[in-house]
Amino acid sequence: MVQYNFKKITVVPTGKDFIDIILSRTQRQTPTVVHKGYAINRLRQFYMRKVKYTQQNFHEKLSTIIDEFPRLDGIHPFYGDLLHVLYNKDHYKLALGQINTARNLIGKIAKDYVKLLKYGDSLYRCKSLKVAALGRMCTVIKRVGPSLAYLEQIRQHMARLPSIDPNTRTILICGYPNVGKSSFINKITRADVEVQPYAFTTKSLFVGHTDYKYLRYQVIDTPGILDRPFEDRNIIEMCSITALAHLRAAVLFFLDISGSCGYSIAQQAALFHSIKSLFMNKPLIIVCNKTDLQPLDGLSEEDMKLVMEMKAEAMKTVIGQGGEPTNDFGVLLTMSTLTEEGLIAVKNAACERLLNQRVELKMKSKKINDCLNRFHVAIPKPRDQKERPPCIPQAVLEAKSKEATEKEKRKLERDLEDENGGAGVYSASLKKHYILAHDEWKEDIMPEILDGHNVYDFIDPDILQRLEELEREEGLRLEKEADDDDFEMDGKELTPEEQEALAEIRKKKSLLIQQHRIKKSTAESRPTVPRKFDKDKKFTSERMGRQLSALGLDPTMAVNRVHSRSVSKRGRKRERSLAREGENSGDVMDVDQPSKKLRLRSRSTSRPPGEVVPGEGFRDSAQKVKALKLSRTSVKMRNKDARRGEADRVIPTLKPKHLFSGKRGIGKTSRR
Amino acid sequence: MRLEKCWFCSSTVYPGHGMQFVRNDAKIFRFCRSKCHKNFKMKRNPRKVKWTKAYRRLHGKDMTQDSTFEFERKRNRPERYDRSLAENTLKAIKKIDKVRVDREARHHALRMKGKKGKEQKEATKELEQSIHMVKAPAALQQEPSFNLPKIKVKVSQQQVEENRAMEE
Repeated sequence: MVQYNFKKITVVPTGKDFIDIILSRTQRQTPTVVHKGYAINRLRQFYMRKVKYTQQNFHEKLSTIIDEFPRLDGIHPFYGDLLHVLYNKDHYKLALGQINTARNLIGKIAKDYVKLLKYGDSLYRCKSLKVAALGRMCTVIKRVGPSLAYLEQIRQHMARLPSIDPNTRTILICGYPNVGKSSFINKITRADVEVQPYAFTTKSLFVGHTDYKYLRYQVIDTPGILDRPFEDRNIIEMCSITALAHLRAAVLFFLDISGSCGYSIAQQAALFHSIKSLFMNKPLIIVCNKTDLQPLDGLSEEDMKLVMEMKAEAMKTVIGQGGEPTNDFGVLLTMSTLTEEGLIAVKNAACERLLNQRVELKMKSKKINDCLNRFHVAIPKPRDQKERPPCIPQAVLEAKSKEATEKEKRKLERDLEDENGGAGVYSASLKKHYILAHDEWKEDIMPEILDGHNVYDFIDPDILQRLEELEREEGLRLEKEADDDDFEMDGKELTPEEQEALAEIRKKKSLLIQQHRIKKSTAESRPTVPRKFDKDKKFTSERMGRQLSALGLDPTMAVNRVHSRSVSKRGRKRERSLAREGENSGDVMDVDQPSKKLRLRSRSTSRPPGEVVPGEGFRDSAQKVKALKLSRTSVKMRNKDARRGEADRVIPTLKPKHLFSGKRGIGKTSRR
Repeated sequence: MRLEKCWFCSSTVYPGHGMQFVRNDAKIFRFCRSKCHKNFKMKRNPRKVKWTKAYRRLHGKDMTQDSTFEFERKRNRPERYDRSLAENTLKAIKKIDKVRVDREARHHALRMKGKKGKEQKEATKELEQSIHMVKAPAALQQEPSFNLPKIKVKVSQQQVEENRAMEE
């Protein structure tokens, strides 16, 4: 079916693009290398091939264009007319004709030049012939350029036309602008047509689909029509007129009885009468829209008369179909698209009327006779005169009648929601219909989690019983525990003093371990100050005394010994003994100090520090003392405090810039 | 909303915490925190990881079988709401908890029972062996008890017992 392939037409390139495509293809797909020295036949063939190849390509492409664009005579008259309305039939045909002539011209050019090439005698001549041929072909295309552009535009627009099947069940909606046609189609189908308060919002045909009795119906929304003579109509209105004219559909004529579209009922009635010729043989329904603003009964007399006239016209179509003239149910309907009142009724009426008409037509046509003998409705033959109506139980009949009355009275959840503030404000109470033993339990909130447990895991109808058993067990167990509650204590507990001693022992042990660890870790990496000279650790005799007494020993003897062996003491001791000797040379007691006297004799006397020895060269003892003092300053003992001094290494900048930045002249910079 | 159990350490996963991993065979592993999740990804067996409940139960550190555990069972069929039943259940949960906690404490006490005696024996032995670190043998001879020696400080030739000063 051609009408559905509008989307499949290949793109029509512009003139320039066309030329570029073909020429580049020629260059790529034909051999390119040729030399003066080749045989003349070879040269001729080379260039002939190029010319022929180009001509073939042009021919191919132009043929596809011509074939793919639809012929207006060969498609359904609806589409033919629609395309004519939109693009102007003549212009369209002209464009395609031009393409055709271009194709023929190119063919002729190629033929001529190939004939000439057969007699080319040099490379240069053959080449110029080829250049001329290709040039002429390209000029032809250049001349046809505007037609190509026009066809491309048409193709793009055609691809976007709504896919309307002219032969299937269709419902057409027509009327003045702004009466509510697009709102209607939005409500019954999934089409999303723009609805705005200004006229001519809908500028082209729109299709939606809806279902009725398991069949699919097309619903076509048309732009509004104004009451004007035929010749004055613009393209948009012509679209709707075309649709009305060619599609076999049920027509819904929309009437705005409130007048809010800006046109009075009189104007709308006038339009109706002017286009009623188009409604021939189509089931027509007059729909009065916007009844929420103005109910049908509230119309003035004149308006009512006009409406009745239209209804009479519509009735004629019903009669024309051979339907019952008394059935005016489906001819004049009221509805409101805003409140959706009567919407479904209109749709059903339209679908029903259309279906009936189509079925009747089918029955009357010749084709049905072939099918009729294929299906057969079996009716059982009555064997006696007894009436056997269908058996419906009484209860069902009663329920049905009750339902019919109840349905209007029943309050829907939806109404409840609307009353209480709408969808965002009101949230329905889901617990309303719970079936519980007591109704007041409906609003109960039960906790799901308690103390780190899921409550639902514990629910059990006999939980009380089991709990009682558990408690009984526990009680028994406690009693048993209380009975044989033996200590099993040896009684060998330590006394508090012993515990103190134990704590001390443990403290000392941990200290030892700590110190050992420190020693182990730092012995190699850091110079350590010997204990003797470390002022912080206070390696003093008082300390020793304290430690010894803590162990339980008497420290006095040890401390005395330390004191007696100290250097200063030794020195003073000697002095005192000498002085004593000088003073009490006579009064020396034999018993007490015999040893001293003996010593004096065996040893030589040491000199006092300031005594001047004749050979040394000092003037007097003061000078000697000064000299000794001076000599001592040069032999000062270094202290062993191991503190950092001025000479100890100090890094003034840890990251000097010249070492950490810049490129290397040779080598990598990944290591610095 | 449900409280789940962490697959690795068996602690409760509250809503909003932890992660779930669904394996290709549709088994769901829930974790309470990334520590458990990472251990799982390392393919560690919770029965060998000391701090998990699985290890503790397996090695008898925690109570394994008890009637209090049978009260809590995942029920798939929901019961119709009954206010009295709900009240009773809530009260029962508390009591069951108390009982369970008591029993666990008892289990722990039982486990630790022999410890005190052992500790005391060790303490006495240590005291005997290492008393020389705080009490000189001479002092020990004079006073053969295992207490700390009394410090005698010579202050005007009087023997005064002083409180022990902290050295270092």
